[in-house]
Amino acid sequence: MLRYVLRRLLLSIPVLFGIIFIVFALARLLPGDPCRAALGERATEAICNAFKDRYGLNEPIPVQFALYLQQLATGDLGDSIKFGRPVTELLIERLPVTVELTLYALLFAIVFGMLLGLIAAYRRNSAVDVATMIGANLGVSIPVFVLGLLLAYLFGVLLRDTPFALPPSGRLSAGLAVKPLAEQWGLQGLGGPPRSVLDFLSNIYTLNFLVTGQWDKLADALKHMVLPAVALGTIPMAIIARITRSSLLDVLGLDYIRTARAKGLRDRLVVFRHAMRNALLPVVTVIGLSLGALLGGAVLTETVFNLAGVGRSVYEAITGRDYVVIQAFTLVISIGYLIVNLLVDVSYAYLDPRIRLS
Amino acid sequence: MTTTTQPLPEVVADRLAGSPATGIWRDTLRNILRQRNALVGLAILGVLVLMAIFADQIATYRPDHVFRDETGRRNDPCIHALGCATSQTQHLFGTDANQQDVFSRVVHGARISLQVGFITVGFAILLGALIGAVAGFVGGWVDNVVMRIMDVLLAFPALLLAIAIVTVLGNGLINAQLAIGIVAIPIYARVTRASVLSVREQDFVTAARALGESPHGILFRRIMPNALTPLIVQGTLGIAGAILDVAALSFLGLGAQPPLAEWGLMIGAERNSVFNAPHLLIFPGLALALTVLAFNLLGDGLRDALDPRLNR
Repeated sequence: MLRYVLRRLLLSIPVLFGIIFIVFALARLLPGDPCRAALGERATEAICNAFKDRYGLNEPIPVQFALYLQQLATGDLGDSIKFGRPVTELLIERLPVTVELTLYALLFAIVFGMLLGLIAAYRRNSAVDVATMIGANLGVSIPVFVLGLLLAYLFGVLLRDTPFALPPSGRLSAGLAVKPLAEQWGLQGLGGPPRSVLDFLSNIYTLNFLVTGQWDKLADALKHMVLPAVALGTIPMAIIARITRSSLLDVLGLDYIRTARAKGLRDRLVVFRHAMRNALLPVVTVIGLSLGALLGGAVLTETVFNLAGVGRSVYEAITGRDYVVIQAFTLVISIGYLIVNLLVDVSYAYLDPRIRLS
Repeated sequence: MTTTTQPLPEVVADRLAGSPATGIWRDTLRNILRQRNALVGLAILGVLVLMAIFADQIATYRPDHVFRDETGRRNDPCIHALGCATSQTQHLFGTDANQQDVFSRVVHGARISLQVGFITVGFAILLGALIGAVAGFVGGWVDNVVMRIMDVLLAFPALLLAIAIVTVLGNGLINAQLAIGIVAIPIYARVTRASVLSVREQDFVTAARALGESPHGILFRRIMPNALTPLIVQGTLGIAGAILDVAALSFLGLGAQPPLAEWGLMIGAERNSVFNAPHLLIFPGLALALTVLAFNLLGDGLRDALDPRLNR
């Protein structure tokens, strides 16, 4: 097992460099002058030259790449051209939004997807099965942004004055404030990476309110998450439901299931205990694959629901030609995706010994 | 052993019951027509294709016609049969912020989206299949290098990479298609390479080689036809994805530009109207979802029809 993990880790290194190179190349190829984009049309030649010197833009491209790698190795992602602040600061503010959104979307997708797939397989060819599969087909076909807007209309407009109303934008209701955990726990003196991690966690609002026991605010933050998470999670949910169903049906046709049934085990026990375990393998793969779609969809979801997350920031940085931010955020998201895929592969190998031995 | 009492599987029974061997394409077609999903997909697709071909006849107005003389923008649908005053111009789906007829724009959008789907995926398949075929056929370091590059492309969340590419190329529908096409290349390269690898060492290939056929001929005449089936299935599902992704780029303002009647753009331009004029989002949204649904259903049906292992 350890050998498999190590080999898999080694194989990701060239991919990691590939990612870094592509991100760097794309950001340098961006049309338009970053100086004029940052400082406006009034910037003179001299000011622009000083600006380019400061950001190393006058060096030859290979030198720029080497400098970039050096910078990355020290954990420095550069300063945003637009905001004049370190990108890491922006990341600490915005990545938690995306992490929170993606996790809730994934949770929704896994729980409901597996549940629906299980019911459909269990009651194969029943009305429930047919309805679930029609729903799954519709679910994979509706664009994230269309579903998001429809949900916003349904729960934010049509059901506005009913108990089912849900907020269609933002992360918290007006008037509610979030205090950083460091402040609440009297750790203002804390600095360096531990402080960054703590600030990062503070910005995952639901986590912040949960650990500090602010239940009203927690409920409010969760309510704000429902629509975005459902909008983002619907496509993966539909895919997971389909895979769970078909994989479970495959397994239910195997001999050992017949044996278990012949032993007189209860049907439910056979499905949940014996079949489900083996049917999980393809489901795990699909969950891993869905993450790419989730991260891409986060750009759209964050735009529809006005959430200031990483996806939205990338989009804004692109329109503002803030290539440092584009570079850093695309890099962080892609590396996160790489790590998740690694974890999926490893867990797959853990679940199925044939993979790590081949 | 001859007195088996087990009923024959349906497919075998069918074959034995007299339908003569009819060739793979006829068989495939029959299999597809037996899939309820594929039929529904084909039916929706048929309507969409007709809508695209006869858009000028079906649409009540030109998609970019502006009703300057009308009062108000983003008017609700006005249908005379449903009691809308006949003094007003009939707008089946209402009008948008530019006082254009939404129905006509939705109808014309079918043209753009179908074209987007086919061209984008065609481009990706052409390049992907070529890359995958060469990598699988040549093997060795070429295979290694090429497939690692494909791995790197796949390591990005697709939409994010497409956004990054489109910003380099510049906004526009063609560039958005190019970006989505580039991002999809590794998928088809992998599919093709797998098929090539699976038949490369088989006897009929060795035979062709022994007969002195050129490597070029072996690859494209003997090996590639085997990759066709998975490519068709993947491509049909890929069209659904391509239409979605290009619409998403247009939604963000990176793809189609006004006044083009593209569904994603129409939704994106009016996304803040969700609270006062939802019809501007619902109609193009439904059209988009139905189109994607049609290709998804057809792709699933094709896969079930072409891959006998999946028959159940």
